[in-house]
Amino acid sequence: MKSASAVKNYRRPDARGHFGPYGGRFVPETLMSALFELEKEYAKARNDSQFQAEWKRVLTDYAGRPSPLFFAERASKELGFRLFLKREDLNHTGAHKINNVLGQVLLALRMGKKRIIAETGAGQHGLATATVCAKYGLECIVYMGEEDVHRQSANVYKMQLLGAKVVPVTSGSKTLKDAINETLRDWVTNVRTTFYVVGSVVGPHPYPMMVRDFQSIIGKEAKSQFFQRQKRLPDYLVACVGGGSNAIGLFYPFLKTKVAMIGVEAAGLGLSTNRHSATLTKGRPGVLHGSKSYLLQDSSGQVSPPHSISAGLDYPGVGPEHSFLKDSGRVEYVAVTDKKALEGFCFLSQTEGIIPALEPAHAIGYLLKARRRFAGCSVIFGLSGRGDKDMGIIQEHLKL
Amino acid sequence: MNRIASFWKKGKKALVPFVTAGFPKRDFTPEIVWGLADSGADMVELGIPFSDPLADGPTIQASSQIALQRGARLVDIFRMAEKTRAKIDIPLLLMGYYNPLFVYGLDKFCKDTSNAGVDGLIVPDLPMEEGAELSKTCRRQNLSLVYLIAPTTPPERISKIASASSDFSYCVSVTGVTGERKNMSAELKDFLLSVRMRTKKPFVVGFGISTPEQARQVAPHADGVAVGSALIKMFLEEKNQNTALRRACSLVAQMAGSLNGTG
Repeated sequence: MKSASAVKNYRRPDARGHFGPYGGRFVPETLMSALFELEKEYAKARNDSQFQAEWKRVLTDYAGRPSPLFFAERASKELGFRLFLKREDLNHTGAHKINNVLGQVLLALRMGKKRIIAETGAGQHGLATATVCAKYGLECIVYMGEEDVHRQSANVYKMQLLGAKVVPVTSGSKTLKDAINETLRDWVTNVRTTFYVVGSVVGPHPYPMMVRDFQSIIGKEAKSQFFQRQKRLPDYLVACVGGGSNAIGLFYPFLKTKVAMIGVEAAGLGLSTNRHSATLTKGRPGVLHGSKSYLLQDSSGQVSPPHSISAGLDYPGVGPEHSFLKDSGRVEYVAVTDKKALEGFCFLSQTEGIIPALEPAHAIGYLLKARRRFAGCSVIFGLSGRGDKDMGIIQEHLKL
Repeated sequence: MNRIASFWKKGKKALVPFVTAGFPKRDFTPEIVWGLADSGADMVELGIPFSDPLADGPTIQASSQIALQRGARLVDIFRMAEKTRAKIDIPLLLMGYYNPLFVYGLDKFCKDTSNAGVDGLIVPDLPMEEGAELSKTCRRQNLSLVYLIAPTTPPERISKIASASSDFSYCVSVTGVTGERKNMSAELKDFLLSVRMRTKKPFVVGFGISTPEQARQVAPHADGVAVGSALIKMFLEEKNQNTALRRACSLVAQMAGSLNGTG
């Protein structure tokens, strides 16, 4: 039943930001002093009870935490195992992204930075950043691939309403990868005045560690909520993985336990095609966007354009900690297709009345596909966001 | 002693043009380098095209994209370098992002680089903290590994980077990506003085330098200047590649003159 053993004394990354052979800082020298400054400030903030208290306060009063751990009774009956949903879709702005953005923006304020830049794929991170910048009166610029600007137009409009400037990126594949390149170029140019709010557990150290810490609230709550009710830990955790912040947020507080964990990537049109975003399943180690991690690339080290029906998973890289957890065998990574994700999307909508985002719909697709594996078990599923943003795509694919 | 170390012995300021390998066409790269060398280039950087060149502005990005579309890969670049080397003796450097090198295998990459007659490497997304392995491999092949110093680099770090760089360092003139700029940064002189105070090794200045006048301004404060986007732009704008090459050679000749006080 349980496929993985606990990792004792798990303490990662090391002092230089490495998770085993992954992570690190592979950036232009211009950014190095900003990264050192951020690392120092974050180390102080992490141990500063006032900072932590303020972050917890806004998580509660503004974001709406704790998010419920919901027992999905009808879905459980259909699936043949006990399914619990960690409801990040109920947070303000509709996804887990707000946890991290509130943390990073509080840090930016502490550091006196008034100009905030961010990148976004599906728009959820951009929306969270625009929202929190509006709350604190900060200038906000969001880079977004031109293709994503079209497929996530509702979120673009919301960001603009909130006062953010959305910059469409026309280079490369015109998706999240290129939006991150442009944000890094902006940061290199304006590094003295600007704080880059990174949207996932990717990028140079300390970002993968810092974003993980901010998102770990998901797993901490889930652990205590489940334990209070069941007086034990769950058997499995399952979450979708693009960059991997929602998944690591759920997994991290359980890494030293024996709970089995599964990360679900996007297999797009199929793993036998080159139209997928299954980085850990089909990629190999490389360096992109400031860290070493698994990467979708060709034989000469050029980054391959990814594909997923979900803009949030449409990324050729993945957080370096996931690469480490894959190699160590602590977490299992699988991939499901666009088609299976759509099945998962309909399943949750119609059994529980909860319309998920297309990202977590991949993880539901996997639960449907591999349901026998979980027979008789308790599974916590990270429902990372709600599906409103994806209605345009859904309408294109599903005729009712 | 490799060609780069020998060059600095001459006490001359270096004009270092940048050429994207395989742009505008694969077989034209050696012609460009020969032309620039004849016009006064002291070293040439051959840029390895990469799909995600995050330290580059739109001009060099565009040239990389074209080179990749036309199939320029590392094996081709080694062939271009070898062909180039057959006719000239000035130092050649490869400038490229870390991933293609890492995927090729650092050991094999350095061997092939050295065998192709290249003398040094510049890797814009490799700070010294991550460069230990490449640095060791470069030393085995007698290749210079040139680290970057930025205007945001704190003083004590400037000394460390300069000492980790093999034969010279590369100072980034602005906080920003590659590309032409109309005005030189007011802080540039102070930055270069600060570098000069902290190292006895030579350093060149790049990013944003595109005119003979800018080369003249920088000359007293540095050991050389690099020029890239201004040359690449000529090949993007001009359909006839021979005309573009003539224009590029003319700019290089003027900048070389400015740098060494004859322009």
